[in-house]
Amino acid sequence: MGADKIRIIDGRALPIRGDDMDTDRIMPARFLKSITFDGLEQHVFEDDRLEAKRSGHVHPFDDPKFQGASILLADRNFGAGSSREHAPQGLHRWGIRAVVAQSFAEIFFGNSLMIGLACVTAPAKDVEALMSLVNRDPQATLAIDLQARTCQASGLTIAIAIPDHVRDTLLTGAWDTTGLLLDRYEEVNAVSAKLPYLNGFTN
Amino acid sequence: MGRTLLQKVWDLHTVRTLPTGQTQLFIGLHLIHEVTTPQAFDALRQHGWTVARPDRTFATVDHIVPTRQRQRPFLDVMAEDMIASLERNCRDFGIPLYDIGDERQGIVHVIGPELGLTQPGMTIACGDSHTSTHGAFGAVAFGIGTSQVRDVLASQCLAIEPLKARRIRVTGRLPRGVYAKDVILTIIQRLGVGGGAGHAYEYAGDTIERMSMDERMTICNMSIEGGARVGYVNPDETTFTYMERRPFVPRGEAFERAKAWWRSMASDADAVYDDEVVIRAEELTPVVTWGVNPGQSIGVKERVPANTADQQISDALTYMGLTPGQPIAGMTVDVAFIGSCTNGRLSDLREAARIVRGHHVATGVKALVVPGSAGVQKAAEREGLDAAFREAGFEWRDAGCSMCLGMNPDKLEGNQVCAASSNRNFKGRQGSPTGRTLLMSPAMVAAAAITGRVTDVRELVEEVPAGGR
Ligand code: SF4
Repeated sequence: MGADKIRIIDGRALPIRGDDMDTDRIMPARFLKSITFDGLEQHVFEDDRLEAKRSGHVHPFDDPKFQGASILLADRNFGAGSSREHAPQGLHRWGIRAVVAQSFAEIFFGNSLMIGLACVTAPAKDVEALMSLVNRDPQATLAIDLQARTCQASGLTIAIAIPDHVRDTLLTGAWDTTGLLLDRYEEVNAVSAKLPYLNGFTN
Repeated sequence: MGRTLLQKVWDLHTVRTLPTGQTQLFIGLHLIHEVTTPQAFDALRQHGWTVARPDRTFATVDHIVPTRQRQRPFLDVMAEDMIASLERNCRDFGIPLYDIGDERQGIVHVIGPELGLTQPGMTIACGDSHTSTHGAFGAVAFGIGTSQVRDVLASQCLAIEPLKARRIRVTGRLPRGVYAKDVILTIIQRLGVGGGAGHAYEYAGDTIERMSMDERMTICNMSIEGGARVGYVNPDETTFTYMERRPFVPRGEAFERAKAWWRSMASDADAVYDDEVVIRAEELTPVVTWGVNPGQSIGVKERVPANTADQQISDALTYMGLTPGQPIAGMTVDVAFIGSCTNGRLSDLREAARIVRGHHVATGVKALVVPGSAGVQKAAEREGLDAAFREAGFEWRDAGCSMCLGMNPDKLEGNQVCAASSNRNFKGRQGSPTGRTLLMSPAMVAAAAITGRVTDVRELVEEVPAGGR
């Protein structure tokens, strides 16, 4: 299916603070009403951004100094809640190519992998170090090397974690799964043929 | 060594290990709805794929449908487009659709069990995180995203990583006025909203064993709010009694054979778990959330946290308009919502109706009851529950997700506070970016509707329904 191979993700980074950042916040439900994913990039964190504006703050996604960033830095359990793929789709379309967080919610993690958005984890102190680095110097470039499992920035090298299979999937470009699942379909039929509930419980 | 239900179902449905290291798992039942599928069908067309098992795929409409004024075309053009797209896709690919007007329409997690589509020992997938609900029957049920919906449509398989099993044993009698909702909110509060990562939750113990299927569904439904990928209860006589004579359940001798197989899929007595947690039912009280995730909850008699040095806590308190350390009881509510895939079933409506009879919704409170399915609606109307709610000043609506999420006309406005029987209190969840949600049991929502404040249901009526098991 011709998915790209992803090994190095480099670029500037943008920090989003707070644990348990849920997908309702990343992409409010009213933007799920379209039958395509087009234009979702405009609505990433929309309500949080409006709220920030109202209270005289600038949300990182509106902050001029973070425009063009391709790496998102986050805290614990990023992407909790709803299974809406619209959340990683919106981030990806906005230009985010990797998320470095302390941890992820699983459905978000899986959805991201399906669209080639790399999710990697790092210990709290390292995420914190990266966040303060980019707050100090928003122009700093980060480079995530999936092969070496490192993230480098301005002389700082931190170790990142990514499960073997996820790393290999991105490295080999095998993250478009449908082709894989359709391959050797006779094995699928062999499994389903043995399921009693598909055979009217006759045997 | 014995095996868990999770392992048995997993082994039976495993096709092979993929080059990516993931398991290729056959999916026995694929449930679909309007919101998370249009892009998946588009991908199918683009690649020239077909739906592998239209006979194991079932569709309904729930998220975006209005709960009144349902004549077509819908007033909301985008909603109309979305439904029309599902109708076209189901027609083109030969998938049965329980559409608006069909007596089988409803929230996907309510109709699956109701129709007998959901069965023990199955793998189930649906493009919705609360698919964990179906685990109440001893199925292994995954909430998935749209790309995975595409995978399941095209191949009837998922590429997925194995899960660990955590047994959560709930033991003892629930005190009166304490419901399944309070049990699961307590579990999430104790283990954390991310605590279940990498795990399946197996709910066991005598409290769970005494629960009805509706109650077990409430528990399994919110597994995902605890970060667990799936949650399940081992199938038993309660399961089989519920299933008998449902439309998609085999009958006669086949039912007897099915029961034997279902029983064999339950976890073995000597099964080994990755860990175990024990919850003492006697210690539980009615629970209310005070914050912006389902783990931020307290007993109705307690005070909200005062520790504003914690950024997460102080943010949540500010958003909710709460003073640090204030009691949660007595907080004013503007809206009361009874419904959703967590608590929109017949027994939920019955319990709520028993609280409201003889009372009236407080002045200034907007209260609505939204049955989880057309089937629930019909059954409730047969019992006169609709009349009981209407007399008490509630609106009685048609089936759908309604105010659980902001995708249809039922929304909070401004910073209204809503006592809700649903499952998520995230910022903006109920359709207003500043709306505030307090999660609780349907009986507690009924109590809040009547008094206009967060109220301990045990104090409102002399004789609190025996939710306690
Ligand atoms: S009722 Fe709420 S949680 Fe359940 S499927 Fe509908 S929107 Fe999702």
